[in-house]
Amino acid sequence: MIGSSMRAPTIAIVDYGAGNLNSVKKAFDYLGADVVLTTQPEAVAAADKIVLPGVGHFSALGALDNTGLRDAVLQGASAGKPFLGICLGMQWLFEGSDEAPEFAGAGIFAGRCRPFPSSVKSPHVGWNSLAVREGSRLLRNVAPESFVYYTHSFQAPVVAATTAATEYGTQFSAVVEQENIFGVQFHPEKSWTVGLLMLKNFWEI
Amino acid sequence: MLTKRIIACLDMDDGRVVKGVQFVNLRDAGDPAECAAAHARDGADEIVLLDITATSDNRRTMLDVVSRTARCLFIPFTVGGGIRELADAEAVFEAGADKIAINSAAVKDSTLIGKIAARFGSQAVVVAIDAKRVSGGLGGFEVFVAGGRTPTGRDAILWAREAAACGAGEIMLTSMDRDGTKAGFDCELTQLVADAVSIPVIASGGAGSARDFIEVFQSGRADAALAASIFHFGLENIGQLKLELRAANVPVRWPC
Repeated sequence: MIGSSMRAPTIAIVDYGAGNLNSVKKAFDYLGADVVLTTQPEAVAAADKIVLPGVGHFSALGALDNTGLRDAVLQGASAGKPFLGICLGMQWLFEGSDEAPEFAGAGIFAGRCRPFPSSVKSPHVGWNSLAVREGSRLLRNVAPESFVYYTHSFQAPVVAATTAATEYGTQFSAVVEQENIFGVQFHPEKSWTVGLLMLKNFWEI
Repeated sequence: MLTKRIIACLDMDDGRVVKGVQFVNLRDAGDPAECAAAHARDGADEIVLLDITATSDNRRTMLDVVSRTARCLFIPFTVGGGIRELADAEAVFEAGADKIAINSAAVKDSTLIGKIAARFGSQAVVVAIDAKRVSGGLGGFEVFVAGGRTPTGRDAILWAREAAACGAGEIMLTSMDRDGTKAGFDCELTQLVADAVSIPVIASGGAGSARDFIEVFQSGRADAALAASIFHFGLENIGQLKLELRAANVPVRWPC
């Protein structure tokens, strides 16, 4: 017990074979965190914190189901380990997405991810501002109207767990958090010092 | 509110940042990793690194420079030049790029766009188009490849539309007529392409003053604007540029 409590917490970044996850690892490396990029459910189970990144198409998340990673992630999350979903990894926390209706999300938050209204260009690419609700742990010391970098075509609804929202054709969830579960739609690893601060906050939870 | 992006471009030749006028007469401007970090601190919203002689010299993008530049850069980072097949793109992503820019290879084989998008997502695929005004047919603008050396006989607006349909995430549109001249962006070209596609358009070529950026965002309908030389030689500070954009009611990331 003493040994494990003195060990620096490890962060497992779940690599399910979709896209390029190096930049998330690089950001944690820069902060000095003990971080591993892994395809193994055992390594996810052994870690103290779990990060589920993701870029691209919602169907890529189907690989979680086939590899045993889904169970490893859900067990870790229900055991109270701090969990951070980034972009697709955040959308996965909802019930599903119109982008790939055949794949189920984790269903931790109610609602589905939908495309943007036709009044705006899609994808939503670039720096947009947050409207931050007080009391967020992930956004501790983050200025209330900070800008973060987005690139996505589908958006998650604003729910009770939403701690920051962004406006683009509609209001959508920028940040969700509930106990040990956190999700961000934008890319903190690409959002300059503001993003690094959020990753540091997660690391220190 | 979604802001307009200011992108600092590093044109690289043989591992050094250079800048030419209308694609020739290169001048040395420093180390890519140092330049990228300085621009990020200065308020750049994004960095683009182009290995400008990669295609013409028939050599691969210098992966070590990409890796060194990416290590401490926590804003979006695009790399282009010499990417001819999926394996080239994989190597550049592995080295730390967030997006790749393809130009000549996409014109040669447009299925390359979809292949890279299927593996890394459309958001990671920027199709760069070098366009030049021509008289007569072709809708007024012709696509050139190989660093602006080779005409293709293709219409720039049609090619932008096709690239978007193939899975491109953004169009980086360079006016060869304006490149390096500081005479202002080609707002007509930019607007034609911006109206033709639903993906973001990055205007490039001709940036010389804050007024040029305001015009390309307002009348050119650009989503982002890219410049190289004016930032390298200190002719314009990005923070100062953003203050002027704010004063003209152009939404920008601020403070940065």
